[in-house]
Amino acid sequence: MDFLHIAQPLVWSLAGLFGLLFIASGIVRVMTRTQPHKDYSELSQRVSSWWIMISVFSAALLLSKNLSLLMFGLISFLALKEYFSMIPTRRTDRRVLFWAYLAIPMQYYWVSTGWYGLFIIFIPVYMFLLLPTRMLLIGDTRKFLSSLSTIHWGLMTLVFSISHVAFLMALPDTINPSAGSAGLVLYLVFLTQFNDVAQYSWGKLFGKRKIMPSVSPNKTWAGFVGGVITTSGLAVALAGLLTPMSLLQSAMAGLIISVAGFLGDVTISALKRDIGVKDCGNLLPGHGGMLDRIDSLTFSAPLFFHFIYYLYY
Amino acid sequence: MTKLLRFIFFRMIVRFIVLVGLGLNIRRRELLPKQGPAIIVANHNSHLDTMVLMSLLEPALLDRVQPVAAMDYFMKNRLLAWFSSNILRIVPLARQFKAHDNPLKPVHDALEAGKILILFPEGSRGEPEQMKAFKKGIARLAQAHPEVPVIPVYMHGLGTALPKGEALFVPFFCDVFVGQARYYDNTRNDYLQQLQEQMYQLESEYKAGHAGGVY
Repeated sequence: MDFLHIAQPLVWSLAGLFGLLFIASGIVRVMTRTQPHKDYSELSQRVSSWWIMISVFSAALLLSKNLSLLMFGLISFLALKEYFSMIPTRRTDRRVLFWAYLAIPMQYYWVSTGWYGLFIIFIPVYMFLLLPTRMLLIGDTRKFLSSLSTIHWGLMTLVFSISHVAFLMALPDTINPSAGSAGLVLYLVFLTQFNDVAQYSWGKLFGKRKIMPSVSPNKTWAGFVGGVITTSGLAVALAGLLTPMSLLQSAMAGLIISVAGFLGDVTISALKRDIGVKDCGNLLPGHGGMLDRIDSLTFSAPLFFHFIYYLYY
Repeated sequence: MTKLLRFIFFRMIVRFIVLVGLGLNIRRRELLPKQGPAIIVANHNSHLDTMVLMSLLEPALLDRVQPVAAMDYFMKNRLLAWFSSNILRIVPLARQFKAHDNPLKPVHDALEAGKILILFPEGSRGEPEQMKAFKKGIARLAQAHPEVPVIPVYMHGLGTALPKGEALFVPFFCDVFVGQARYYDNTRNDYLQQLQEQMYQLESEYKAGHAGGVY
Protein backbone atom coordinates (compact mmCIF):
# COMPACT_ATOMS: atom_id res chain seq x y z
CA MET A 1 0.00 0.00 0.00
CA ASP A 2 1.59 3.23 -1.13
CA PHE A 3 -0.16 5.08 1.68
CA LEU A 4 2.78 4.26 3.89
CA HIS A 5 5.30 5.57 1.39
CA ILE A 6 3.94 9.07 1.08
CA ALA A 7 6.71 11.61 0.79
CA GLN A 8 7.04 13.65 3.97
CA PRO A 9 7.20 17.06 2.21
CA LEU A 10 3.82 16.32 0.63
CA VAL A 11 2.26 15.60 4.00
CA TRP A 12 3.72 18.77 5.50
CA SER A 13 2.51 20.89 2.60
CA LEU A 14 -1.00 19.49 2.80
CA ALA A 15 -0.98 20.05 6.56
CA GLY A 16 0.04 23.64 5.88
CA LEU A 17 -2.81 23.97 3.40
CA PHE A 18 -5.32 22.83 5.99
CA GLY A 19 -3.71 25.27 8.42
CA LEU A 20 -4.45 28.06 5.94
CA LEU A 21 -8.04 26.86 5.69
CA PHE A 22 -8.41 26.99 9.46
CA ILE A 23 -7.09 30.54 9.45
CA ALA A 24 -9.47 31.52 6.61
CA SER A 25 -12.45 30.00 8.44
CA GLY A 26 -11.38 31.80 11.61
CA ILE A 27 -11.13 35.15 9.83
CA VAL A 28 -14.57 34.72 8.25
CA ARG A 29 -16.01 33.85 11.64
CA VAL A 30 -14.46 36.92 13.28
CA MET A 31 -15.65 39.15 10.42
CA THR A 32 -19.24 37.93 10.61
CA ARG A 33 -19.22 38.36 14.38
CA THR A 34 -17.66 41.83 14.50
CA GLN A 35 -19.60 43.22 11.53
CA PRO A 36 -23.03 41.61 11.82
CA HIS A 37 -24.65 44.21 9.57
CA LYS A 38 -22.58 43.12 6.56
CA ASP A 39 -23.39 40.11 4.43
CA TYR A 40 -20.50 37.65 4.36
CA SER A 41 -22.58 34.65 3.29
CA GLU A 42 -20.87 34.35 -0.11
CA LEU A 43 -17.41 34.52 1.45
CA SER A 44 -18.40 31.93 3.99
CA GLN A 45 -19.83 29.65 1.26
CA ARG A 46 -16.61 30.13 -0.66
CA VAL A 47 -14.48 28.96 2.27
CA SER A 48 -16.79 25.98 2.91
CA SER A 49 -16.42 24.96 -0.73
CA TRP A 50 -12.64 25.25 -0.38
CA TRP A 51 -12.77 22.82 2.54
CA ILE A 52 -14.53 20.24 0.38
CA MET A 53 -12.35 20.80 -2.70
CA ILE A 54 -9.08 20.64 -0.76
CA SER A 55 -10.20 17.57 1.17
CA VAL A 56 -11.11 15.67 -2.00
CA PHE A 57 -7.93 16.82 -3.73
CA SER A 58 -5.69 15.85 -0.80
CA ALA A 59 -7.36 12.48 -0.36
CA ALA A 60 -6.92 11.63 -4.06
CA LEU A 61 -3.32 12.84 -4.05
CA LEU A 62 -2.40 10.79 -0.97
CA LEU A 63 -4.31 7.62 -1.77
CA SER A 64 -3.15 6.69 -5.27
CA LYS A 65 -2.08 7.94 -8.67
CA ASN A 66 -5.00 6.30 -10.46
CA LEU A 67 -7.46 7.88 -8.07
CA SER A 68 -5.93 11.27 -8.82
CA LEU A 69 -6.26 10.63 -12.56
CA LEU A 70 -9.88 9.67 -12.03
CA MET A 71 -10.44 12.90 -10.13
CA PHE A 72 -8.90 15.03 -12.88
CA GLY A 73 -10.95 13.12 -15.47
CA LEU A 74 -14.09 13.88 -13.48
CA ILE A 75 -13.09 17.55 -13.26
CA SER A 76 -12.70 17.63 -17.05
CA PHE A 77 -16.08 15.96 -17.48
CA LEU A 78 -17.92 18.33 -15.15
CA ALA A 79 -16.30 21.38 -16.73
CA LEU A 80 -16.97 20.16 -20.27
CA LYS A 81 -20.59 19.47 -19.37
CA GLU A 82 -20.95 23.00 -18.05
CA TYR A 83 -19.34 24.33 -21.19
CA PHE A 84 -21.52 22.33 -23.60
CA SER A 85 -24.63 23.30 -21.65
CA MET A 86 -23.63 26.96 -21.88
CA ILE A 87 -22.54 27.42 -25.49
CA PRO A 88 -24.99 27.48 -28.39
CA THR A 89 -25.16 24.02 -29.94
CA ARG A 90 -27.07 22.59 -32.86
CA ARG A 91 -29.56 19.80 -32.32
CA THR A 92 -27.75 17.80 -34.97
CA ASP A 93 -24.55 17.90 -32.93
CA ARG A 94 -25.70 15.52 -30.23
CA ARG A 95 -23.67 12.65 -31.67
CA VAL A 96 -20.64 14.86 -32.15
CA LEU A 97 -20.87 15.97 -28.52
CA PHE A 98 -21.11 12.35 -27.50
CA TRP A 99 -17.74 11.68 -29.17
CA ALA A 100 -16.30 14.75 -27.53
CA TYR A 101 -17.32 13.37 -24.13
CA LEU A 102 -15.85 10.01 -25.07
CA ALA A 103 -12.49 11.70 -25.59
CA ILE A 104 -12.23 12.22 -21.80
CA PRO A 105 -11.84 8.59 -20.70
CA MET A 106 -9.58 7.97 -23.70
CA GLN A 107 -7.32 10.93 -23.01
CA TYR A 108 -6.99 10.02 -19.31
CA TYR A 109 -6.35 6.41 -20.26
CA TRP A 110 -3.32 7.47 -22.35
CA VAL A 111 -2.22 9.45 -19.33
CA SER A 112 -2.56 6.45 -17.01
CA THR A 113 -0.36 4.34 -19.31
CA GLY A 114 2.16 7.16 -19.53
CA TRP A 115 1.91 7.17 -23.35
CA TYR A 116 3.18 10.68 -23.92
CA GLY A 117 3.14 10.47 -27.73
CA LEU A 118 -0.57 9.78 -27.93
CA PHE A 119 -1.48 11.98 -24.98
CA ILE A 120 0.03 14.99 -26.73
CA ILE A 121 -1.59 14.47 -30.16
CA PHE A 122 -4.87 12.69 -29.43
CA ILE A 123 -7.04 15.79 -29.02
CA PRO A 124 -5.05 18.29 -31.16
CA VAL A 125 -4.84 15.86 -34.11
CA TYR A 126 -7.18 12.87 -33.92
CA MET A 127 -10.17 14.51 -32.26
CA PHE A 128 -9.56 17.57 -34.41
CA LEU A 129 -10.07 15.38 -37.48
CA LEU A 130 -12.72 13.08 -36.05
CA LEU A 131 -15.20 15.79 -35.00
CA PRO A 132 -15.66 17.31 -38.50
CA THR A 133 -15.83 13.81 -39.98
CA ARG A 134 -18.68 12.86 -37.66
CA MET A 135 -20.38 16.15 -38.48
CA LEU A 136 -20.06 15.54 -42.21
CA LEU A 137 -21.82 12.19 -41.82
CA ILE A 138 -24.75 14.03 -40.24
CA GLY A 139 -24.58 16.57 -43.02
CA ASP A 140 -25.81 19.78 -41.41
CA THR A 141 -23.75 22.62 -42.89
CA ARG A 142 -25.56 25.48 -41.19
CA LYS A 143 -23.24 27.03 -38.56
CA PHE A 144 -20.80 24.23 -39.34
CA LEU A 145 -17.65 26.19 -38.58
CA SER A 146 -18.97 27.85 -35.39
CA SER A 147 -20.15 24.57 -34.04
CA LEU A 148 -16.98 22.70 -34.91
CA SER A 149 -14.67 25.31 -33.45
CA THR A 150 -16.58 25.78 -30.20
CA ILE A 151 -16.71 22.03 -29.57
CA HIS A 152 -13.02 21.54 -30.27
CA TRP A 153 -12.07 24.62 -28.23
CA GLY A 154 -13.89 23.09 -25.26
CA LEU A 155 -11.99 19.84 -25.67
CA MET A 156 -8.65 21.61 -25.93
CA THR A 157 -9.25 23.80 -22.92
CA LEU A 158 -11.08 21.53 -20.53
CA VAL A 159 -9.76 18.10 -21.45
CA PHE A 160 -6.39 18.51 -23.18
CA SER A 161 -5.12 21.34 -20.98
CA ILE A 162 -6.42 19.95 -17.71
CA SER A 163 -5.05 16.48 -18.51
CA HIS A 164 -1.57 18.01 -18.31
CA VAL A 165 -2.01 18.15 -14.54
CA ALA A 166 -2.80 14.46 -14.69
CA PHE A 167 0.25 13.72 -16.84
CA LEU A 168 2.36 15.56 -14.31
CA MET A 169 0.97 13.11 -11.77
CA ALA A 170 1.77 10.17 -14.04
CA LEU A 171 5.43 11.13 -14.46
CA PRO A 172 7.80 8.83 -12.57
CA ASP A 173 8.49 9.90 -9.00
CA THR A 174 12.21 9.71 -9.76
CA ILE A 175 12.19 13.11 -11.47
CA ASN A 176 11.32 14.66 -8.13
CA PRO A 177 13.02 12.58 -5.43
CA SER A 178 11.87 14.65 -2.46
CA ALA A 179 8.11 14.96 -3.00
CA GLY A 180 7.37 12.77 -6.04
CA SER A 181 5.12 13.68 -8.94
CA ALA A 182 2.27 14.41 -6.50
CA GLY A 183 4.46 17.18 -5.12
CA LEU A 184 4.62 18.82 -8.55
CA VAL A 185 0.85 18.56 -8.95
CA LEU A 186 0.30 20.13 -5.55
CA TYR A 187 2.81 22.88 -6.37
CA LEU A 188 1.08 23.74 -9.65
CA VAL A 189 -2.51 23.55 -8.42
CA PHE A 190 -1.85 25.31 -5.12
CA LEU A 191 0.09 28.18 -6.73
CA THR A 192 -2.51 28.62 -9.47
CA GLN A 193 -5.34 28.86 -6.95
CA PHE A 194 -3.25 30.95 -4.57
CA ASN A 195 -2.55 33.35 -7.44
CA ASP A 196 -6.31 33.80 -7.98
CA VAL A 197 -6.78 34.69 -4.33
CA ALA A 198 -3.67 36.92 -4.27
CA GLN A 199 -4.73 38.86 -7.39
CA TYR A 200 -8.19 39.30 -5.95
CA SER A 201 -6.87 40.49 -2.57
CA TRP A 202 -4.26 42.92 -3.97
CA GLY A 203 -6.89 44.27 -6.35
CA LYS A 204 -9.38 44.80 -3.53
CA LEU A 205 -6.77 46.53 -1.36
CA PHE A 206 -4.93 48.76 -3.81
CA GLY A 207 -6.59 48.31 -7.19
CA LYS A 208 -7.32 51.45 -9.17
CA ARG A 209 -6.34 51.23 -12.82
CA LYS A 210 -8.22 48.56 -14.67
CA ILE A 211 -6.10 46.15 -16.68
CA MET A 212 -8.78 44.84 -19.08
CA PRO A 213 -11.86 47.00 -18.57
CA SER A 214 -13.82 45.59 -21.51
CA VAL A 215 -13.29 41.96 -20.50
CA SER A 216 -13.24 41.91 -16.73
CA PRO A 217 -13.99 45.19 -14.92
CA ASN A 218 -12.77 43.82 -11.57
CA LYS A 219 -9.23 43.07 -12.68
CA THR A 220 -6.71 45.80 -11.89
CA TRP A 221 -3.01 46.40 -12.48
CA ALA A 222 -2.35 46.35 -8.74
CA GLY A 223 -4.06 42.99 -8.47
CA PHE A 224 -2.11 41.56 -11.40
CA VAL A 225 1.32 42.85 -10.36
CA GLY A 226 0.74 42.08 -6.68
CA GLY A 227 -0.39 38.58 -7.61
CA VAL A 228 2.62 37.94 -9.85
CA ILE A 229 5.05 39.07 -7.14
CA THR A 230 3.47 37.16 -4.24
CA THR A 231 2.92 34.01 -6.30
CA SER A 232 6.50 34.08 -7.60
CA GLY A 233 7.79 34.63 -4.08
CA LEU A 234 5.80 31.69 -2.79
CA ALA A 235 6.91 29.63 -5.81
CA VAL A 236 10.52 30.18 -4.80
CA ALA A 237 9.78 29.45 -1.14
CA LEU A 238 7.95 26.19 -1.83
CA ALA A 239 10.24 24.94 -4.60
CA GLY A 240 12.75 23.37 -2.22
CA LEU A 241 10.05 21.45 -0.43
CA LEU A 242 7.98 20.22 -3.37
CA THR A 243 10.10 20.36 -6.54
CA PRO A 244 13.61 19.68 -7.82
CA MET A 245 13.91 23.25 -9.19
CA SER A 246 16.70 25.73 -8.51
CA LEU A 247 16.11 29.29 -7.32
CA LEU A 248 16.07 30.83 -10.80
CA GLN A 249 13.94 28.02 -12.26
CA SER A 250 11.35 28.31 -9.50
CA ALA A 251 11.15 32.08 -9.94
CA MET A 252 10.43 31.45 -13.63
CA ALA A 253 7.86 28.80 -12.72
CA GLY A 254 6.14 31.31 -10.43
CA LEU A 255 6.11 33.87 -13.21
CA ILE A 256 4.68 31.33 -15.69
CA ILE A 257 1.97 30.17 -13.29
CA SER A 258 0.87 33.65 -12.24
CA VAL A 259 0.82 35.23 -15.70
CA ALA A 260 -0.76 32.15 -17.34
CA GLY A 261 -3.26 31.90 -14.48
CA PHE A 262 -4.31 35.47 -15.05
CA LEU A 263 -4.71 34.88 -18.79
CA GLY A 264 -6.75 31.72 -18.26
CA ASP A 265 -9.00 33.57 -15.84
CA VAL A 266 -9.72 36.47 -18.20
CA THR A 267 -10.13 34.11 -21.17
CA ILE A 268 -13.00 32.33 -19.43
CA SER A 269 -14.33 35.75 -18.37
CA ALA A 270 -14.35 36.84 -22.01
CA LEU A 271 -16.15 33.64 -22.95
CA LYS A 272 -18.81 34.17 -20.28
CA ARG A 273 -19.21 37.77 -21.39
CA ASP A 274 -19.68 36.64 -24.98
CA ILE A 275 -22.32 34.09 -24.02
CA GLY A 276 -23.95 36.41 -21.50
CA VAL A 277 -23.74 34.44 -18.27
CA LYS A 278 -22.23 35.39 -14.92
CA ASP A 279 -21.25 31.95 -13.64
CA CYS A 280 -20.88 28.65 -15.41
CA GLY A 281 -22.91 26.73 -12.86
CA ASN A 282 -23.72 26.28 -9.20
CA LEU A 283 -21.69 23.19 -8.41
CA LEU A 284 -19.36 24.96 -5.97
CA PRO A 285 -21.33 27.39 -3.79
CA GLY A 286 -19.60 30.77 -3.62
CA HIS A 287 -17.40 29.99 -6.62
CA GLY A 288 -19.89 29.18 -9.38
CA GLY A 289 -19.32 26.14 -11.53
CA MET A 290 -16.33 23.87 -12.01
CA LEU A 291 -15.30 25.93 -15.03
CA ASP A 292 -15.16 29.08 -12.88
CA ARG A 293 -12.77 27.33 -10.51
CA ILE A 294 -10.38 25.79 -13.03
CA ASP A 295 -10.26 28.72 -15.46
CA SER A 296 -6.71 29.73 -14.48
CA LEU A 297 -5.51 26.14 -14.53
CA THR A 298 -6.47 25.75 -18.20
CA PHE A 299 -3.54 28.02 -19.08
CA SER A 300 -1.09 27.37 -16.25
CA ALA A 301 -1.23 23.56 -16.42
CA PRO A 302 0.16 22.98 -19.95
CA LEU A 303 2.76 25.75 -19.60
CA PHE A 304 4.08 24.59 -16.23
CA PHE A 305 4.00 20.98 -17.42
CA HIS A 306 6.18 21.68 -20.45
CA PHE A 307 8.54 23.77 -18.36
CA ILE A 308 9.10 20.85 -15.97
CA TYR A 309 9.09 18.28 -18.77
CA TYR A 310 11.78 20.19 -20.65
CA LEU A 311 13.94 20.67 -17.58
CA TYR A 312 13.67 17.33 -15.81
CA TYR A 313 12.35 14.54 -18.01
CA MET B 1 -40.41 -6.78 -4.03
CA THR B 2 -41.46 -4.26 -6.65
CA LYS B 3 -41.27 -1.66 -3.90
CA LEU B 4 -37.61 -2.51 -3.42
CA LEU B 5 -36.99 -2.51 -7.17
CA ARG B 6 -38.72 0.82 -7.42
CA PHE B 7 -36.57 2.18 -4.61
CA ILE B 8 -33.37 0.91 -6.26
CA PHE B 9 -34.44 2.29 -9.63
CA PHE B 10 -35.35 5.79 -8.45
CA ARG B 11 -33.17 6.41 -5.43
CA MET B 12 -30.02 4.85 -6.88
CA ILE B 13 -29.98 4.47 -10.66
CA VAL B 14 -32.02 7.53 -11.61
CA ARG B 15 -30.42 9.67 -8.92
CA PHE B 16 -26.94 8.74 -10.09
CA ILE B 17 -27.78 9.53 -13.72
CA VAL B 18 -29.43 12.79 -12.73
CA LEU B 19 -26.57 13.93 -10.50
CA VAL B 20 -23.56 12.84 -12.56
CA GLY B 21 -24.82 12.42 -16.10
CA LEU B 22 -27.05 15.46 -16.10
CA GLY B 23 -26.49 17.88 -13.27
CA LEU B 24 -29.37 20.03 -12.13
CA ASN B 25 -29.90 23.71 -11.67
CA ILE B 26 -33.02 23.94 -9.55
CA ARG B 27 -34.81 27.09 -8.50
CA ARG B 28 -37.33 27.12 -5.64
CA ARG B 29 -37.18 23.42 -4.92
CA GLU B 30 -38.97 24.13 -1.63
CA LEU B 31 -42.19 24.75 -3.59
CA LEU B 32 -42.41 21.10 -4.65
CA PRO B 33 -45.19 19.26 -2.80
CA LYS B 34 -44.34 17.71 0.54
CA GLN B 35 -47.58 15.74 0.84
CA GLY B 36 -50.39 14.39 -1.28
CA PRO B 37 -52.72 14.97 -2.94
CA ALA B 38 -51.01 17.29 -5.39
CA ILE B 39 -50.53 17.63 -9.12
CA ILE B 40 -47.18 18.54 -10.64
CA VAL B 41 -47.58 19.85 -14.16
CA ALA B 42 -44.51 20.15 -16.34
CA ASN B 43 -43.53 20.78 -19.92
CA HIS B 44 -42.64 17.58 -21.70
CA ASN B 45 -39.47 17.09 -23.74
CA SER B 46 -38.06 13.72 -22.88
CA HIS B 47 -38.60 10.46 -21.07
CA LEU B 48 -36.15 11.85 -18.54
CA ASP B 49 -38.72 14.47 -17.42
CA THR B 50 -40.63 12.05 -15.20
CA MET B 51 -37.42 10.52 -13.87
CA VAL B 52 -35.94 13.87 -12.89
CA LEU B 53 -39.16 15.06 -11.24
CA MET B 54 -39.53 11.85 -9.27
CA SER B 55 -35.94 12.01 -8.08
CA LEU B 56 -36.45 15.60 -6.89
CA LEU B 57 -39.25 14.82 -4.45
CA GLU B 58 -38.47 13.85 -0.89
CA PRO B 59 -37.62 10.13 -0.65
CA ALA B 60 -40.51 9.45 1.73
CA LEU B 61 -42.94 10.56 -1.00
CA LEU B 62 -41.77 7.93 -3.49
CA ASP B 63 -44.64 5.65 -2.51
CA ARG B 64 -47.18 8.36 -3.23
CA VAL B 65 -46.00 9.74 -6.53
CA GLN B 66 -47.41 8.48 -9.82
CA PRO B 67 -46.94 9.80 -13.35
CA VAL B 68 -50.00 10.08 -15.55
CA ALA B 69 -49.11 8.47 -18.87
CA ALA B 70 -50.68 7.45 -22.15
CA MET B 71 -51.98 3.90 -22.01
CA ASP B 72 -51.42 3.13 -25.69
CA TYR B 73 -47.71 3.98 -25.44
CA PHE B 74 -46.75 2.74 -21.98
CA MET B 75 -48.76 -0.47 -22.14
CA LYS B 76 -47.85 -1.38 -25.72
CA ASN B 77 -45.96 -4.58 -24.87
CA ARG B 78 -45.72 -6.85 -21.83
CA LEU B 79 -42.28 -5.78 -20.70
CA LEU B 80 -43.05 -2.07 -20.93
CA ALA B 81 -46.42 -2.67 -19.27
CA TRP B 82 -44.74 -4.44 -16.36
CA PHE B 83 -42.21 -1.63 -15.99
CA SER B 84 -44.90 1.06 -16.30
CA SER B 85 -47.22 -0.41 -13.73
CA ASN B 86 -44.69 -1.74 -11.19
CA ILE B 87 -41.69 0.57 -11.34
CA LEU B 88 -43.04 3.83 -12.72
CA ARG B 89 -46.51 3.03 -11.36
CA ILE B 90 -48.24 5.10 -13.97
CA VAL B 91 -51.84 6.16 -13.87
CA PRO B 92 -52.85 5.00 -17.35
CA LEU B 93 -54.74 7.47 -19.48
CA ALA B 94 -56.66 6.30 -22.52
CA ARG B 95 -56.13 8.63 -25.46
CA GLN B 96 -58.92 7.03 -27.52
CA PHE B 97 -62.18 6.48 -25.73
CA LYS B 98 -65.91 6.24 -26.30
CA ALA B 99 -68.18 9.24 -25.79
CA HIS B 100 -69.75 8.07 -22.53
CA ASP B 101 -66.46 6.94 -20.93
CA ASN B 102 -64.61 9.20 -18.52
CA PRO B 103 -60.92 8.81 -19.36
CA LEU B 104 -59.93 10.85 -16.31
CA LYS B 105 -61.56 8.43 -13.85
CA PRO B 106 -58.28 6.70 -12.79
CA VAL B 107 -56.74 10.14 -12.29
CA HIS B 108 -59.62 11.29 -10.06
CA ASP B 109 -59.33 8.07 -8.07
CA ALA B 110 -55.60 8.56 -7.55
CA LEU B 111 -56.09 12.10 -6.29
CA GLU B 112 -58.80 10.94 -3.91
CA ALA B 113 -56.32 8.36 -2.61
CA GLY B 114 -53.95 11.22 -1.78
CA LYS B 115 -51.41 10.60 -4.54
CA ILE B 116 -49.00 13.12 -6.00
CA LEU B 117 -49.48 13.04 -9.75
CA ILE B 118 -47.04 14.09 -12.42
CA LEU B 119 -48.84 15.30 -15.49
CA PHE B 120 -47.72 16.72 -18.81
CA PRO B 121 -50.58 18.88 -20.11
CA GLU B 122 -48.89 19.32 -23.50
CA GLY B 123 -49.95 15.74 -24.17
CA SER B 124 -46.74 14.46 -25.76
CA ARG B 125 -43.05 15.23 -25.86
CA GLY B 126 -43.17 16.85 -29.30
CA GLU B 127 -40.33 18.94 -30.66
CA PRO B 128 -37.49 19.29 -28.15
CA GLU B 129 -37.69 22.43 -26.00
CA GLN B 130 -40.76 23.79 -27.83
CA MET B 131 -43.72 24.34 -25.56
CA LYS B 132 -47.15 23.51 -26.91
CA ALA B 133 -50.58 24.62 -25.74
CA PHE B 134 -51.91 22.78 -22.70
CA LYS B 135 -54.75 20.35 -23.15
CA LYS B 136 -58.01 21.02 -21.33
CA GLY B 137 -57.94 17.93 -19.10
CA ILE B 138 -55.82 19.64 -16.47
CA ALA B 139 -58.42 22.41 -15.97
CA ARG B 140 -61.15 19.78 -15.70
CA LEU B 141 -59.13 17.95 -13.04
CA ALA B 142 -58.40 21.09 -11.07
CA GLN B 143 -62.06 22.03 -11.15
CA ALA B 144 -63.07 18.64 -9.75
CA HIS B 145 -60.43 18.93 -7.00
CA PRO B 146 -60.25 22.59 -6.01
CA GLU B 147 -58.44 21.70 -2.78
CA VAL B 148 -55.55 20.04 -4.62
CA PRO B 149 -52.54 22.30 -5.37
CA VAL B 150 -51.28 22.32 -8.95
CA ILE B 151 -47.55 23.02 -9.06
CA PRO B 152 -46.10 24.12 -12.39
CA VAL B 153 -42.52 23.08 -13.16
CA TYR B 154 -40.58 24.30 -16.17
CA MET B 155 -37.73 22.08 -17.33
CA HIS B 156 -35.07 22.73 -19.92
CA GLY B 157 -32.19 20.69 -21.27
CA LEU B 158 -33.63 17.19 -21.05
CA GLY B 159 -34.90 17.43 -24.61
CA THR B 160 -31.30 17.90 -25.67
CA ALA B 161 -29.94 15.14 -23.42
CA LEU B 162 -32.46 12.56 -24.64
CA PRO B 163 -35.00 13.83 -27.17
CA LYS B 164 -37.95 11.94 -28.59
CA GLY B 165 -36.96 9.14 -30.91
CA GLU B 166 -33.32 9.00 -29.75
CA ALA B 167 -31.71 6.25 -27.73
CA LEU B 168 -28.33 7.91 -27.24
CA PHE B 169 -28.01 9.85 -24.01
CA VAL B 170 -25.70 12.87 -24.10
CA PRO B 171 -24.86 14.69 -20.82
CA PHE B 172 -26.22 18.20 -20.47
CA PHE B 173 -27.07 20.37 -17.52
CA CYS B 174 -30.76 20.63 -16.97
CA ASP B 175 -32.71 23.52 -15.49
CA VAL B 176 -35.74 22.99 -13.29
CA PHE B 177 -37.77 26.04 -12.30
CA VAL B 178 -40.58 25.44 -9.83
CA GLY B 179 -43.53 27.88 -9.74
CA GLN B 180 -46.05 28.76 -7.02
CA ALA B 181 -48.88 26.29 -6.44
CA ARG B 182 -52.14 27.25 -8.15
CA TYR B 183 -55.62 26.28 -6.94
CA TYR B 184 -58.70 26.23 -9.11
CA ASP B 185 -60.74 29.40 -8.72
CA ASN B 186 -62.72 30.81 -11.66
CA THR B 187 -63.60 29.21 -14.97
CA ARG B 188 -61.88 26.36 -16.74
CA ASN B 189 -60.76 28.50 -19.66
CA ASP B 190 -59.31 31.19 -17.42
CA TYR B 191 -57.65 28.62 -15.25
CA LEU B 192 -56.01 26.93 -18.21
CA GLN B 193 -54.86 30.26 -19.59
CA GLN B 194 -53.38 31.36 -16.25
CA LEU B 195 -51.58 28.08 -15.78
CA GLN B 196 -50.14 28.31 -19.26
CA GLU B 197 -49.17 31.93 -18.63
CA GLN B 198 -47.38 30.92 -15.44
CA MET B 199 -45.45 28.32 -17.41
CA TYR B 200 -44.42 30.91 -20.02
CA GLN B 201 -43.20 33.14 -17.20
CA LEU B 202 -41.03 30.33 -15.85
CA GLU B 203 -39.74 29.83 -19.39
CA SER B 204 -38.82 33.49 -19.74
CA GLU B 205 -37.13 33.38 -16.33
CA TYR B 206 -35.01 30.58 -17.74
CA LYS B 207 -34.32 32.42 -20.99
CA ALA B 208 -33.25 35.57 -19.14
CA GLY B 209 -30.28 33.73 -17.67
CA HIS B 210 -29.32 31.76 -20.78
CA ALA B 211 -28.34 33.61 -23.88
CA GLY B 212 -26.68 30.52 -25.40
CA GLY B 213 -29.36 28.07 -26.38
CA VAL B 214 -29.60 26.56 -29.83
CA TYR B 215 -28.31 28.00 -33.07
